[in-house]
Amino acid sequence: MPEFQMEKCTSGFSAMVAREPGAEGIRSCYACGTCTAGCPVRRVNPAYNPRKLIRMIHLGMKDEILKGKEIWLCSSCYTCQERCPQGVRITDMIIALRNLAVREGHAPSGVSMQADLIKGQGRLYALDEFDEKKRKKAGLPSLPAEVEGAIELLEKKE
Amino acid sequence: MKYALFLGCTIPARSRNYEMSARAVAHRLGIEFVDIFDFSCCGFPLKSSDMKQAGLLAARNLALAEAQGLPICTLCSACTSMLAEEAHLLARDRALFEEVNRELGKVGLSYSGHVKVKHFARVLMEDVGLDRIREAVTVDLKGLPVATHYGCHYLKPSEIYEGVEDPENPSSLEALVTAVGARSVEYAHKRDCCGGAVLVADEETALKMAKGKLDHVKNAGAKVMNVVCPFCSVMYDDNQKSIENQFEVSYGIPVLFLPQILGLAMGFDRKELGLNMNVVKTKGLTEEITGEK
Repeated sequence: MPEFQMEKCTSGFSAMVAREPGAEGIRSCYACGTCTAGCPVRRVNPAYNPRKLIRMIHLGMKDEILKGKEIWLCSSCYTCQERCPQGVRITDMIIALRNLAVREGHAPSGVSMQADLIKGQGRLYALDEFDEKKRKKAGLPSLPAEVEGAIELLEKKE
Repeated sequence: MKYALFLGCTIPARSRNYEMSARAVAHRLGIEFVDIFDFSCCGFPLKSSDMKQAGLLAARNLALAEAQGLPICTLCSACTSMLAEEAHLLARDRALFEEVNRELGKVGLSYSGHVKVKHFARVLMEDVGLDRIREAVTVDLKGLPVATHYGCHYLKPSEIYEGVEDPENPSSLEALVTAVGARSVEYAHKRDCCGGAVLVADEETALKMAKGKLDHVKNAGAKVMNVVCPFCSVMYDDNQKSIENQFEVSYGIPVLFLPQILGLAMGFDRKELGLNMNVVKTKGLTEEITGEK
């Protein structure tokens, strides 16, 4: 059994997470496990455990969380968030952890690819000529391939 | 009943059958859709990497609808929650409201906070009403057994939908299909997520989630599934064959978008509803309903 090494933990990680929008309430967790009991991801993949993640945050296990795979397994179904008796916004907290992981350079390739596509074309799937042909055939209105206004907005923000 | 139709990314490119059937049914029921061609991605797919950028993209879409004085009608549940959540946050957080408007100002836009966002099914329930939908029925669905999948973001987070429906005990989508003569089938784990959002990170987990639901739907004797989100459709329709192959099971359950089911009862033909674009074949189903080969 691996030994838990306190010195490898990051003090202040819990406070760092709690500063992220949506994750402010994590200190209220009393570890009842309602989140984990109702989680549909957990039912098919026991590696995902929201209660454990919250405990890991409080222990300061920053690297394990931000470099790990677990935070990307949440399906953002909000079942846990709706049911949490302490009002912890668990789904929002997962999003906050993902944002932190991305800022620290740990974005899974699929996630950064999606972000690049949207920043580059204003939508996930650029509508090419083939799509337009199919839309026309279906009697649907023509749409611009890319959305300039959205690209400009995100460029100016960066 | 005039709405800006928000299509998002997936529907115009990959789920044209949803768009076609929604437009047809809306037109029949007197809902006017206005297309705003400058609408972009709702922002949802950016949320995991940068929630600020995601929110800003959502706010831009809200601002475009507001400039035309229109509420938004969505078809995708992820778009619904992204846009409704941003409207909800902007109505409550003054600092965020000012920050977002500063950014929107750089591209000549502004948002004052007056856009209502509603999923198409909610527009049908609240603006059209079940009575008028019943009156529009011309074809008898003869109690077609339908398993409704609510999905997640159509109902949750419930606070952004002002508690319109209890996510633990929803009924709207079943009320809509029963109004047009179908029979709603109860099945285990009805409220479960399709797993679509896990597909990028872990395909095996996502497919296992979808399989669980398909098992229950089949065991309950449903002949068709009813969905209101393109991601749920990807999981149950597009991926049904690979789930069958991978887990050595057999379903053959057509997965229809809500307006495709409503449209069948309103007498639209297969082509008008894009039923030939559904991945699991729907021909047997429609032959049974219309009696035509």
